[in-house]
This record gives sequence, structure tokens and C-alpha cells, in this order.
Amino acid sequence: MIVATIAFYIFAGVAIAAGFMVIAARNPVHSVLFLILAFFNAAGLFVLMGAEFLAMILIIVYVGAVAVLFLFVVMMLDIDFAELREGFLQYMPIGALIGLIVLLELLLVAGTWTLAPEVASLAASPIPPMADVTNAEAIGQVMYTQYVYFFQAAGMVLLVAMIGAIVLTLRKKPDAQRQSIPDQVARTAETAVELKKVEPGQGL
Amino acid sequence: METALAMPDLGPALAEIILAVGAMALLMLGVFRGDGSSRAVSIGSIALLIVAAFAVISQPDERVLTFGGAFVMDGFAIVMKCLVLAGSAIAIVMAQSFMARENIDRFEFPVLILLATLGMIMMVSANGLIALYMGLELQSLALYVVASFHRDNTRSTEAGLKYFVLGALASGMLLYGSSLIYGFSGTTNFDVLAGVIAMNGMSTGLIFGLVFLMAGLAFKISAVPFHMWTPDVYEGAPTPVTAFFAAAPKIAAMALFLRVMYGGFADAVFQWQQVVVFISIASMVLGAFAAIGQTNIKRLMAYSSIGHMGFALVGLAAGTPEGVKGVVIYLTIYLIMNAGVFCCILAMRHKEGPVEEISDLAGLSQNQPMLAAVFAMLMFSLAGIPPLAGFFAKFYVFLAAINAGLYALAIIGVLASVVGAFYYLRVVKIIYFDDPAPAFAGPMGSEIRAVLAVSALFTLLFILYPTPVLKMAEGAANSLVPTVEAAEAPAAAAESAH
Repeated sequence: MIVATIAFYIFAGVAIAAGFMVIAARNPVHSVLFLILAFFNAAGLFVLMGAEFLAMILIIVYVGAVAVLFLFVVMMLDIDFAELREGFLQYMPIGALIGLIVLLELLLVAGTWTLAPEVASLAASPIPPMADVTNAEAIGQVMYTQYVYFFQAAGMVLLVAMIGAIVLTLRKKPDAQRQSIPDQVARTAETAVELKKVEPGQGL
Repeated sequence: METALAMPDLGPALAEIILAVGAMALLMLGVFRGDGSSRAVSIGSIALLIVAAFAVISQPDERVLTFGGAFVMDGFAIVMKCLVLAGSAIAIVMAQSFMARENIDRFEFPVLILLATLGMIMMVSANGLIALYMGLELQSLALYVVASFHRDNTRSTEAGLKYFVLGALASGMLLYGSSLIYGFSGTTNFDVLAGVIAMNGMSTGLIFGLVFLMAGLAFKISAVPFHMWTPDVYEGAPTPVTAFFAAAPKIAAMALFLRVMYGGFADAVFQWQQVVVFISIASMVLGAFAAIGQTNIKRLMAYSSIGHMGFALVGLAAGTPEGVKGVVIYLTIYLIMNAGVFCCILAMRHKEGPVEEISDLAGLSQNQPMLAAVFAMLMFSLAGIPPLAGFFAKFYVFLAAINAGLYALAIIGVLASVVGAFYYLRVVKIIYFDDPAPAFAGPMGSEIRAVLAVSALFTLLFILYPTPVLKMAEGAANSLVPTVEAAEAPAAAAESAH
């Protein structure tokens, strides 16, 4: 048990430190790398809780796709981060004030944390005993049955995102080179090869 | 858990299924027919919206739950869905000639409007926090895209980007609130939530979550202090898109607001009432004062819509069935008036393109007397001057507020309405008494004329035959509020199920 506790504190501590470094790092590429570190530690926390499926999904989706995409964006876009930071000091006092208020409110909430005993039994889908079913099975049992509506709705959201990306960015360039397979197939030796008579000493 | 679950009842969600499948079919049609199919897709979209409206009307009046209680269909949902579907259909009709003139008539536009509408009617039927978020996000994502639909126009892209960034922030707040509500109540379902609150009262954590949830919802209806995006987005987006933004999404978000407050938090009236009173007063006052200095008609309409949402919130603040009735009447009349005003704005164009300055309207009464008369009449109605429809909209919400004992709110509302009348009447003064500006080019399209005629006739003649709207609103209110008293039954049922 002590190992699990130590592992928890290591994962949690590194996750918080990495999260802080994401906003504190001067180099945006370092920020993204710290973000990846934070994701890995969050995945570690999931494993500790016995949610190994979520942990793997987190790594595959967030580290494998999202963070790498971020990295591409940061490297491709020519953003002057020094300029972006210029207003930082100016907005710092008000930002700190709001942060402080929210922190106090959170402490207020945490301080009065009372859960009625009935509430726990109300939980929409309680975690099934881990010995009986694996994580993936437990999710699979509800995903296409109880939560089919949300699943389909999420599909529609993704469809809109796809249409949106195409609508806003796809441009038809008339001078772009495109492959046309019928044209390629229809080529014959006559159209492909041009014979020229070169006069001696003249060149083409 | 081991046995296969029964297929959920799809009947109540018929309209949603029709819209989703139809939108995808129209998307395929557009993709395969390529450019030039936008007109066919638009007509198909309008037909689809009408079919969906029939599917909504054919639903029974009583409350039906499906998809494990996440989806609710009742009289309130029927009325609000019909309003939303009508708003979207009007927007597609109004967009036709504008989009063609601006060379942005691509088939994706009606498809995106359809998908946004799907999100809206899902919001109206949401009976849980997850369903609420999914509907809201589907709607918002489509709206961000249509806001920047004129992608070669800097202002349009700026509008889309601004809307997206601020909308994402609002979604974040809403999600944070939802997670707190789930954490402190143990449920995402509104019926069960109402049962938990009735049993245990509001804990600090629940109040905290509720406030964040309301902040997210207030953003969607552009209520002060979450209104900052509205003027810029309204000004930048193409005019038919602005017309759409001002109507259908507001109605859906307001319906969702009502659903959350009267559904899940029915026993927390005391807690949410003060917040609603505050944002209502702030919206009415800011909407009235900030509109005075505007020179752009679309920005003016943005502040006008902020103010109108404030007035509609007065009905919500009342916390009574009468208040819900007032909100439904308000939204119905607002939808129709708004469509008319935006038809007039669409008529404002010179040969070089559309113009949006209020000063361009000068002397319209001499160039186009008919249009000027209708425009002026709609402005009077927006200001709430009897006997036009806009007066009755305000009358019913204020009546509800007074009957609920919210005298201060009603008085401030009436005062804000008087201040608001100033800027509406300024537009009328410019139309009638200023030296004529260059005349607008070309006749209005016949479809815009038709929408304008319907809007004008409704606004003018509402006083003669208000019964259908009043009856409809009353039915909606009665179906939403009694569910509150009966909320303990499903909660108890859910409890015994575990």
C-alpha cells in the first residue's frame, strides 16, 4: 500500500509541477513538452485508480495526437511570444485578484463539503466491481446502450467540426497540380514523347 | 447489467433523428453535386425543417422520457422546438439572395444551420447535464463556423474567432459548474437532481456549481455581464447570419435556461432568483444605454437583443408558471419582430454592396415609403409601444414580475424600456425627418418581401387575435412547471432502482 501512496504523490506532484511549467516556460516548445509530461502523470494517476483503459486512451489520444498537433502548430506558426507577453504585467494584478477570489471560494466549498449518505447511492452509473469486469468492458456496457444518445450527439459534433474545418480552410486553387488517373492512363507514346530534330551545333 | 438493455424509445426524438439523417443526406447531395447545388440544398433544408416541425407537433402533449431519462419531450418542448425550427427556416429563406450576391452561397451554409438547429432542439429537450452540454456544443460549434462564413472578409473571420474563443471560455465555465453539481448531488439527471435538492437542500457546493452553470447559459443568451461578444459578432457576421443569431439560438438557450431552473433547481428558487434578477436588470439597463451611441444598425440590434433578453429574463425571475408563460410569449413575438427588422436591414444596400450605417437610412420615407413605414412600425414595436405586438410581450413579463412581488425589477424594467425607446425612435426620426441619403439599390427579393409581410402583419394585428399565442404559451408553461411538483416521483423511482 505504501508503494501506491508514494507513487500517487510522485505522479500528482510531477503533474502539478509540469502543469505550472506549461504556463511558466519561456519557450513554447518546452511548454508543449511539459504538457506531455503532465498527461503522462495524469495517466499514471488513472492506473493507480484501476482505470487502465482511460490511462491508455489518455496517452494515445492526448499525447499521441493532441499534444503532437500542438507541437506542430507551435513550430509552424510564426508567433512572437515576447510580444504576446507584453501585456502580462499590466493584467497581472487583476488576474491575481480574480484567482485569489476563486481560490477562497473553492476553499469555502471544500470546507463545507458535506455529502448526504443517500447521494452516493444516486450516482448515475456506479463503478462495477473490478474483479468482475474490466474497464473497457464496463465502458462498453453503457456506451452504446445507456449513453447511445450522447454517443450519437458526440458524433454529430465531430461532423460539424469536420465540415467547419473544410468550409473555412479549403480553397480550390486553379493552378494547383493534381493527379488525374484517367489522363495518365490515356497517355500514349505519341502524346508522351516528343521527337525533335536537333540541328548540329544549334541546341534546342 | 449482464442482460442486453432494451432499445430506447426513439419516438420522442423523431424530429432530432429526421434532422440528423436529413442533414447528412443533404450534405452528401451537396458534396456530390458540387458547386451550384446550394439552392437545391437550401430548399431541401427548409423542407426538412418543416417535416421536423410536423414531427414535433405530432408528439403527445404529456411528458415522455427516453434514452435513460436524458431526453424529455413535453408540451413546453413542442412549443419551443417549433419556434426554433421556424427561426432557422426563416434564416435560410432570408439568406438566399444575400449569399448569392456576396458570392458565398455554398451548400454547407444550410447544412450547418440544420446541424445548429439539431443542437438547439436537443438543448430544448435536455433533461440532464450531459445532454445539455452536448446540445449546446453542437449548436455553438456550428454557429462559430457560420459566423466566419464570409471567410475572405476580415470582420467576418474576426467575428467567428472572437465568438469561438469566448464561447469556449463560457463552455469551460459551464462544464466546471456541471462537474461541481454532479460532484455534490451524485447525478446528472435533472429529475433526480430536483429530488436530491428537495431532500437535502442546496449545499454551498451546489450553489457554486449553479452559479457557474448560469454563467455559461447567460453567455449563450448574451446577458450582461457575459455580453461582450455580441456587438462584434453581430457586426462582423454576414447579415442573414446575424438575423439567425438574434433569433433561434437565443430561444433555444432561453428554453434551456428555463428547463434547468424549473427542472433541476425548482426547489432552489431563492438561490437562483437573485442571480437572474441581477443579470436581468444589468441586461436591460446596459442594452438601453449602450445602444444610444451606436452608428451601425447591426451593433444597434446587438444591444437591442441584449436588452430584450433582459426583459425575457424578467419572466424567468418571477419563478412562477405565469413568468414562464410571459417568457414564451416574449420569445415568440421577439422572433417575429426580429425577422422583420433584419429583412429591412437586408434591403439596405447600394450597388457596391450592403451598407450598415444608421445614417444611410436617412430620408428612406421619400425613397421607399412602404419599406420606411414597415421599418418604423417594427421599431415602435421593438420599443414596446402599444398597440403593437412588442408592447404585449413586455406587458406579460412585467405582469408576472409584479404578481410575483418583484416590484423593483418591474419598475427598473419599465424605465429601461423608456430609455430604450429613445434609440428606436431615433431610427424612426432619421428615416422620416432627415435629408435623404442615396436611395438603396434594386428591389428586395420576393422571399424577403414575404417574410417581411408576415412579420409586419403579425406585429400589427397581434392585438386583434392574440388568443393562439397566449394559449400556446400557457400550455407550454403548464407543462414545464407541474413537472416540478411531480419531480419527487421519478427521483424516488431512480433511487429504488439502485
